[in-house]
Order: sequence, then structure tokens, then C-alpha cells
Amino acid sequence: MTDSPPRARARATRRRGSDRGFNRVFRWIAVGSGVLILAVLAAVALFLLWQAWPALTAGSDELATAVPRYPEDTSFVAYVGPLVFGTLLAAILALAIATPLAIGIALFISHYAPRRLSQVLGYLVDLLAAVPSVIYGLWGFFVLAPFVVPIWSWLNEYLGWFPLFAGEASPTGRVLATVAIVLAVMILPIITAVSREVFLQTPKLHEEAALALGATRWELVRTAVLPFGRSGIISAAMLGLGRALGETMAVLMILSPGFLYSFHILDSAQHQTIAAYIALDFPEASGLAVNTLIATGLVLFVITLAVNMGARAIVARRKEFSGAN
Amino acid sequence: MAQRIDVKDLNIYYGDFLAVQDITMTIEPKSVTALIGPSGCGKSTFLRTLNRMHEVIPNARVEGTVEMEGVDLYGSDVDPVAVRRNVGMVFQRPNPFPTMSIRDNVLAGVKLNNKRISKADADDMVESSLHGANLWNEVKDRLEKPGSGLSGGQQQRLCIARAIAVKPQVLLMDEPCSALDPISTIAIEDLIGELKSEYTIVIVTHNMQQAARVSDRTAFFNIAGTGKPGKLIEMDETSTIFSSPSEKSTEDYVSGRFG
Repeated sequence: MTDSPPRARARATRRRGSDRGFNRVFRWIAVGSGVLILAVLAAVALFLLWQAWPALTAGSDELATAVPRYPEDTSFVAYVGPLVFGTLLAAILALAIATPLAIGIALFISHYAPRRLSQVLGYLVDLLAAVPSVIYGLWGFFVLAPFVVPIWSWLNEYLGWFPLFAGEASPTGRVLATVAIVLAVMILPIITAVSREVFLQTPKLHEEAALALGATRWELVRTAVLPFGRSGIISAAMLGLGRALGETMAVLMILSPGFLYSFHILDSAQHQTIAAYIALDFPEASGLAVNTLIATGLVLFVITLAVNMGARAIVARRKEFSGAN
Repeated sequence: MAQRIDVKDLNIYYGDFLAVQDITMTIEPKSVTALIGPSGCGKSTFLRTLNRMHEVIPNARVEGTVEMEGVDLYGSDVDPVAVRRNVGMVFQRPNPFPTMSIRDNVLAGVKLNNKRISKADADDMVESSLHGANLWNEVKDRLEKPGSGLSGGQQQRLCIARAIAVKPQVLLMDEPCSALDPISTIAIEDLIGELKSEYTIVIVTHNMQQAARVSDRTAFFNIAGTGKPGKLIEMDETSTIFSSPSEKSTEDYVSGRFG
């Protein structure tokens, strides 16, 4: 009694099985790429934690002597607080300006414009994404800031009762409101591009359902396109928010910085963002000051992570209604 | 409420391509008219000209007239949106709005018509429309659940409920059962039988038994070859079409010899 025939057959089956040759290579490439992402993320987080640790554990006296511009008798949290505030305020303002505009442009491209015009418009928007942020900084500094000064002082004079426009409008225009506009322009392309792709993928079936009920163009958009694109819009906005939170150069060049919890976005010397702050102070920092800057970087990292997880949660919450089933 | 449709000398084009040629027919109110014929013969295209849905495709246009109670749907002062509010449509694949609950799906068309309705009226309308579509008993306890959670047959009846909620004059059905199992198909066919007392119904079907079961009159479309326009071969009482049609090709088709 020999068992070689069945075993040979089993081997032959295995050889003809699916996990051979290129399949196997491809599987390893895919798994490897996935693991690599996790590894990079973990490495960044570990680096930040490791380098930030000395600053996080140091006493406030120690920090005050080592770090320039560190106020006396302040904990690290109180020190980083205004920076977090400035970062969030700038990013949220930029998002508030960019998102409606981006959705409008995306809808125009996907559902209103004649095909040829929509293609040209699509290219133009993508081109905006290719402009380096230094250029945006220069443009903001030399063109936009002087241009908006009269607008900001008008807002300040007549709508000063609104908290954001209160205070004293800066004569230079180098204020957070101007930064928010530049950031909005910078994140506009990514939000537009992602929303446009999502809108174009609205199932024909749903569009026809709306049209057959007698929907006008806008009603078609409202009943079929926007509900379908909802999670895509949120993802797009979060991508934009991520960029706005981390944007360094344009903020650095335009904003006249300050370290206050202030809603006066027309006032100069009120706000600073984490990324611009790090870039500004890093060249002259040494020792514990470097660790302190990295600790603020860690805070930015955590904020960005939290924003992304928040967006996921929003998208997942109404999964039942998403149309994925 | 049901209306009569008169089609005269209708040619349908996609760009320069003549898709359907020279259709003249009368569709009686409160009856079911079935459109049959081989694939690509233009039945669906023709159906879509009855509510101007074919205009969704770029460069689509028609010559000739489609009159509904004497009003030409293609008159220069007629808004396609208004036409579609008058002529409901049910599609081949069930297409409830996935982000809406069952209740909101039924009310979708009503809300589009910009009518502000009280909650009580809306409740009545949801109940009567779902009753009308024979779906009420199956969904009455889960009106707030998404419509996409229903079975295919239930979704299709939900789409019918949505279409009849706006009280159209005419109901067009483009192969409404082709994606459904036999049980759901019978449910829809029974429903068509009930709905014809109130609506003018035009149904495209590939299933000749279905045409024989549900329709009062049947129109047979055919196409001479690829690239040629589809034509109406003949239209008559359904019993006549299936027993003693006047055209040879109709007889061949309904007896299963081609198509």
C-alpha cells in the first residue's frame, strides 16, 4: 500500500493552486505596502514622543530659561494653547470659506457646465493645486494683504458687533482673516477635485429616479447627487482641513504673529499657528528649545489624527443610509 | 385622471442617428398598453419619449407630436419637468433613493413639487400610496428604515408607490419585473391590474406571457437590422396580437420563432 499517488496529486493541485508565481509576489507587495504605511506612521509618532519627552517632563522654570519667548510660570499646556487655538481658527475659517465654494465648483463641473467648459475648468482647478505654497505666501503678502485692507476696515467699522470682526483692523492686512483666505485658495483644489469625482459617480439610476419624478436640475442635485456624495464631501473637506492645519510657508510669510486666545481675526499680532511657529523658531533653537518645538509638533500631529478620526466617525454614522448596501 | 395619448409620425434621433422611425399610435386611458419586440428595437426609447426622459441623453431629439389630451408634450412652451410630474415612470432596476427612509422615498416626488404638506396629510399620502402599491402591510412598522433594506420586489413596489404618490396621469414601466423573482413579478402584475382602473399604463416587457397577462392592447416593435431604425409593426388588442396577428413577423415573434 503506497500513499504516493494521492500525495503527488495533492502536490500537483497545490502547484496549480492560486498562491503561486505572480499572485504570491503581488500578495507580498500589497501586504508590504500596507505594513510600511503603519510602520512609517508609528515611526513618526515614536520620534515625536521620544524627542518631545524632555520638554513635556521639564519644569516651567527650566523651559522659561531654555526657550525664547516662553512666558514665566507657565505650564507647557498653557504655552501651547494659543498656538493650538490659532491653528484651529485659521484652518476652520479656511474650511468654512473653501467648502461651499468647492462644492459649488464641483457641481458646476459635474452637472451644469457644458462638457468642454467643464474639462477646462477641471484643469484650471487642478492647476491651483500645483502652485507652490511659497508663491501663495508671496501673493498673499504683496497682493492680497494690501487689497483686503479696505475691506477688513469696512467690516470692522460696520460689522464690528460680530465677534470675529471686532477689535482694531490692522493697516497692513497681515492678519488671520487674510491667512484664512490664502489657505482657502490652497485647499480649494483638493476639495473640488474629490467632490467632483464623487458627484460624477452618482448612479445614473438615482439621477433618473429624481428626473422621472419631475426634478429640476437643482432638485436632482439635492435628492440624488448630494446625498450620494455626502461622505465623499466630508472626506474631501477633511483632506483640505489636514492641509490647512499643517500649512507653514504661506502662514509664516503673511501673518504677523501673536500668542493670544483672540477671535479678532482682523487684528494683527493676535494669532500664530503651530506649523509656522516651528518653522520660525527652529533655525535658532537648540537643546531643550528644540524639544519644546517638537512637542508642539506632536500636538499638531495629535490634532490632525483626531480630525481624521472624527471625519471617519461622521461618515460611518449613517452607513445604513449611504447606499453602499 | 387617466389621460389618452396620441402619437403622430414620431421620429426619434440620437444626433444624426435615426433610432425609431415613424410611430403613430393611440394609447387609451385607463388601460394597459404593452410594448414588445426584440432587444434594440426602440421600445424603451419610445417609452422614454412619452415623458421626455430620453432628453437626458445628449443630442437626443424627436420629430412629430406626442399629444396628451390634445396638448403636445413637445410644444415650445412645455417644460419637460412639468411633463415628468404628469407622467410617472418605473425603471428596470428598482431605484429607491438609498439615503432616504421608506417614508421619505414615497414623499420624494411630492416634496419636489414644492408643496408644503402637513404631517397628517403626509402620513395619509404615505399610507394610501403604499396601499396602492400593495406594500403597506409589509413596511408599516419600519417606515423610518432605509428603502434600500427591502427586497428587490419590495423596492420595486416602493418605486411604484413613489411614482403614484404624485398622482400622475400616466404611468410608464420600463421592464419593471426583469430584475425580480417570479413571486415578486406576480405581485407587480397583480398591482398593474389594479392600477389600470385609475391610470393609463404603458409597459415595456421582454416577457410575452407577461404582456399577454397584464395588457389590454399590445404594440409590436421590430428592427430590420443593426443600424436600422426601429419601427412599430402593428398594434392591436392583446388577444388578437397573440392569436391572429395580421403581420407575419409578429406571429413569428409571439410564437417564439425569433427574438
